[in-house]
Amino acid sequence: MPEALSIRTAAESSPAAATAATAAPREIKVTARDVNVSYGEKQALFDVDVDIAARSVMAFIGPSGCGKSTFLRCINRMNDTIPICRVTGRIEVDGRDIYDPEIDVVQLRARVGMVFQKPNPFPKSIYENVAYGPRLHGMATNKAELDAIVEESLRRASLWKEVSDRLEQPGTGLSGGQQQRLCIARAIAVSPEIILMDEPCSALDPIATARIEELIDELTENFTIIIVTHSMQQAARVSQRTAFFHLGRLIEEGPTEQIFSNPKDRRTQDYITGRFG
Amino acid sequence: MTTLYFVIMVALVPVAFWAARRRAFAVVEGRPGVLHSLPTYHGLLVAVIVFIPMLVVFALGTPAVGRLAEARAVAALPSDVAADLLRRSAVMREVANVASGNHAGDPAPGIRAAADSLVATRDAGHLAVLVLGLAVAAAAFAFAYRRIAPAFRARNHFERFVRVVLMACAAIAILTTIGIVFSVVFETYRFFFDPALKGRPTVSEFLFGTEWNPQAAMRADQGDIRTAFGFVPLLTGTLLITAIAIAVAGPLGLFSAIYLAEYASPRLRASVKPILEILAGIPTVVLGFFAALTVAPLIRGWGESFGLDVSSESALAAGLVMGMMIIPFISSLSDDVINAVPQSLRDGAYALGSTKSETIRRVVLPAALPGIVSAFMLAVSRAVGETMIVVMAAGLAAKLTFNPLDAVTTITVQIKTILVGDQEFDSAKTLAAFALGFVLFFVTLMLNVIALQIVRRYREQYD
Repeated sequence: MPEALSIRTAAESSPAAATAATAAPREIKVTARDVNVSYGEKQALFDVDVDIAARSVMAFIGPSGCGKSTFLRCINRMNDTIPICRVTGRIEVDGRDIYDPEIDVVQLRARVGMVFQKPNPFPKSIYENVAYGPRLHGMATNKAELDAIVEESLRRASLWKEVSDRLEQPGTGLSGGQQQRLCIARAIAVSPEIILMDEPCSALDPIATARIEELIDELTENFTIIIVTHSMQQAARVSQRTAFFHLGRLIEEGPTEQIFSNPKDRRTQDYITGRFG
Repeated sequence: MTTLYFVIMVALVPVAFWAARRRAFAVVEGRPGVLHSLPTYHGLLVAVIVFIPMLVVFALGTPAVGRLAEARAVAALPSDVAADLLRRSAVMREVANVASGNHAGDPAPGIRAAADSLVATRDAGHLAVLVLGLAVAAAAFAFAYRRIAPAFRARNHFERFVRVVLMACAAIAILTTIGIVFSVVFETYRFFFDPALKGRPTVSEFLFGTEWNPQAAMRADQGDIRTAFGFVPLLTGTLLITAIAIAVAGPLGLFSAIYLAEYASPRLRASVKPILEILAGIPTVVLGFFAALTVAPLIRGWGESFGLDVSSESALAAGLVMGMMIIPFISSLSDDVINAVPQSLRDGAYALGSTKSETIRRVVLPAALPGIVSAFMLAVSRAVGETMIVVMAAGLAAKLTFNPLDAVTTITVQIKTILVGDQEFDSAKTLAAFALGFVLFFVTLMLNVIALQIVRRYREQYD
């Protein structure tokens, strides 16, 4: 992994310079510069700069309340639903500022899907859960196309085998792990480019967690995945790069192997060796 | 005498409480930690043990004294009067008047003697009840007071008493309901099947007849007016007005609930919701004259300007105002169920690129639907049971029509019309009210059952 793409201050370099310095250029999907977020009076994020490569897994780690989920929710503008939340700075997806007033947040969210901490299937059938997004965005012109999208999404979420014979049953009747994979299928169904995962396994048992992790690995082929996790083992297992957040600041970002074996910052080392957090 | 009994009882109970509480402190020499139950529980238990027997003595003793006094008075009457039941009851009323000092002029000597006997027996009896009550209270107190000991489980006994009291309250509510149902069912049975009743309809005449004209059954000499107990026009009238009311309140209530739950700021919601609920607190009689004096003439005026024939009392006026009345039921309950939909479902929908209204339409409302349906059911049963607005604004004509500009009548209005004023309870007309009441009760019961069923399913929706 090219070292030039680790964290920088905004003054130090621009995305163009970063690409030029790279031996084997990677496609950058998400770029954040000087991102500050505050909830009313309380500032939650300070000057976050990060580049996220396409078709890879980026893990955000850090102690509770460090701002990693807040940053994740900036990338699909989910923070817009919180009235007191203010975001400044620049976040680009494919080089376009997503906080530009020209940007339609509905289209943005169709490109940047999200999976939540607690599985939140709609109280509808399994089929309707997956078909929700494609219907919303008019992605299928007839029933057969919709069926195909639903099946494909469920297959990609490795849930098809378990539910193909009971698509009409409520999604809420599945087990926790199945529900979470259903939510992943629901997100995949609108063919996003990026999938944000906010601690997707924290409500699941170890076996269900292992299945989701396997699935994340397979999804890298087509999607850029950004995952927030409390579990450092999980970050080590699934991600190519890891970013460590602490007290609202991005402390260190780099190849996962390096972050866990040879962190540059003292605080990162303290966190991964379990001295705090 | 009754007042004195209650004054003594109310005075004795706290005395028993304090005495027992002090005793509980005393038996452990001021170290309450040694007691199984706190001193207050010992006090409460003794107070209850004193109170209940006194109440029972009064409840049983007083009617017994009354009957005994009456028997004595009857015994004092001349034997020929005492033997004739009809005369006896007339004389006894006079005796009671004399005894209470309400009799004008000098009563006959026989009646005076009976009254004196009545008063003497009653006074003696009441004194006996008082003495007996005090004796029982003293005995109960002595019994309970002596049992106060460190190991005595006063708290557990008192808890049991609390449970019995609560159970009794619940039982009274349920028994009252059962009693009402039985009285309605019994009179309905008489209406249909009592052979002594003249002019009674058959069940099918009642359920399927299209003419409602109960008045004629009152007088035999009105031969040319046909008596009719066809219930269908009342049902259509009820359904028409209910449908209008729901057509008004459904959209208004639901949309205001959606606005309050999803769009309004919390501060606005906190002030608007109570104002909306005030609407539910307006007495229906006030809404009724609003309907009759403001809305009905307005509708008539509009109708006439369009060249329509509008009667001055119309189903539309009553339905509109009834709709206003039930808006708060729909909006308040719907608002609650919409708020109960977890935020995570909304987040999920937003994250897939739904707009706000798409999220509400496709996720929030379907999830809240069972609760919204039961809010509607409650509103419908309110509308079906509402009387006053319809009496004042929709008229009394039992017309089989679905024209909202006509005057119609409802089941409740007919019940009210039939039973207002002096009535004899052996005419078909009067008993018809019970049959109507039974049908109405059945309809609202069914609505409630359906609503409950939906609420039960709602609970399983998401968790």
